[in-house]
Amino acid sequence: MAKVKHESNWYPLESGESVLDALLRQGVSIPNACRAGACQSCLMRAVAGTVPEASQVGLKDTLRAQGYFLACACRPPEGTLLEVTGAEALRLPARIQALSWLSTSVLRVRLVTDSPLAYHAGQYLSLVREDGLTRSYSLASLPHEDALELHVRLLPGGAMSGWLARDARPGDRLQVQGPAGSCFYVPGRPEQPLLLAGTGTGLAPLYGIVRDALAAGHSGPIWLFHGARTPEGLYLTAELRALAEQHPQFHYRPGVLEGGTRDIAEGALDALIRAECPKPVGWRAWLCGDGPLVLSLRKKLFLAGLSLKDLHTDAFLPSVPQVQRTSDAGAR
Amino acid sequence: MSVAAEKSVYEQLGGAPAMTAAVEVFYRKVLADEHISHFFEDVDMERQAAKQKAFLTMVTGGPVQYSGRDMRAGHAPLVKRGLNDSHFDAVAGHLKATLEELGVAAPLVAKVLAIAESARVDVLGR
Repeated sequence: MAKVKHESNWYPLESGESVLDALLRQGVSIPNACRAGACQSCLMRAVAGTVPEASQVGLKDTLRAQGYFLACACRPPEGTLLEVTGAEALRLPARIQALSWLSTSVLRVRLVTDSPLAYHAGQYLSLVREDGLTRSYSLASLPHEDALELHVRLLPGGAMSGWLARDARPGDRLQVQGPAGSCFYVPGRPEQPLLLAGTGTGLAPLYGIVRDALAAGHSGPIWLFHGARTPEGLYLTAELRALAEQHPQFHYRPGVLEGGTRDIAEGALDALIRAECPKPVGWRAWLCGDGPLVLSLRKKLFLAGLSLKDLHTDAFLPSVPQVQRTSDAGAR
Repeated sequence: MSVAAEKSVYEQLGGAPAMTAAVEVFYRKVLADEHISHFFEDVDMERQAAKQKAFLTMVTGGPVQYSGRDMRAGHAPLVKRGLNDSHFDAVAGHLKATLEELGVAAPLVAKVLAIAESARVDVLGR
């Protein structure tokens, strides 16, 4: 049996169980969201013992060298003794600067960190509330801007989104952890055509990446496709049209499945892309948002001739709901 | 028989960088073939491409050696899902088309296909 020590207690792991599952099962509260090794919310640090390589995939070398690992992806072999701590040392204190609605269901959250956060536009971070509730969001802002910008979709029953929409106020304090992810613009080949596509709040990283590429002087065509079910699901349309007016190489194409208008195309996102960009050979692309859609678009674009090394994706994963602890009900 | 005089297809194509280019051509062909694409669907396309690169490197005589046991173990789950000769033949066909597209001469293509053919019993778990 493998065992994990956390805050002076030893916890046994069942065979094949992850460190995250074992600690949660035994009543230890560990921040987590996707439980699929992507969002990095459950980052922990091994202070003694060795973690499997698989639990460090996607982490920066500097974090790996310090023993950081993802608890959800850490399944130590039988007999392992591991001593772990949380990743509190990596969190930056922040306060909410502003909250505003971008559409009926998408909230723009602006945050200011006490010390600067180094990141690339398009990466994501974990937002940690005072009580430990953690969710992962993409950055829509640029590093030189004075606030971090997140686009938060209000989900029915969503713990973090519901709190941000109803209870949070400017000035409230929380923490951010990150950044993570490799979905960003790297300067170079300024004439290369770029294709960005996403659904819903998948626009957040794309909005950052587009503005980052334009600021870097990208001169080749830049196509941005934003898809939603209905026109109400689109947002930042006026800002993006204005951006297209300023930059002739930038083309903004909003699309919906139903309720298209003169300015908003109607049809499946992949069909809209195929109509405007029939042969994307040699292009660079970023795909963000709904998981299955991103994976299906990636396959279609690869088959259309885009090279895998030029295909950057950020497939949003739903957070795994916590088991309700009945003792908390009505506590406050 | 002179070993030094005869370069492997792997070397003639240009080694590792050429395999990276070849794998994209090959991967597109298998993904577009509905008879076999379900064996190649993978949420992680990079991982799938890496596997195929290793396969191309092996059959072109490059620095990848799989034992018969590796091939058996690696394909056993696919055999359970119904992998059979028709799928093996389809993959071999795409391998041939890929090499031809990259301008590999017919005798060398035949040599690569012979190496691939030698793995059939292990791939299909016989």
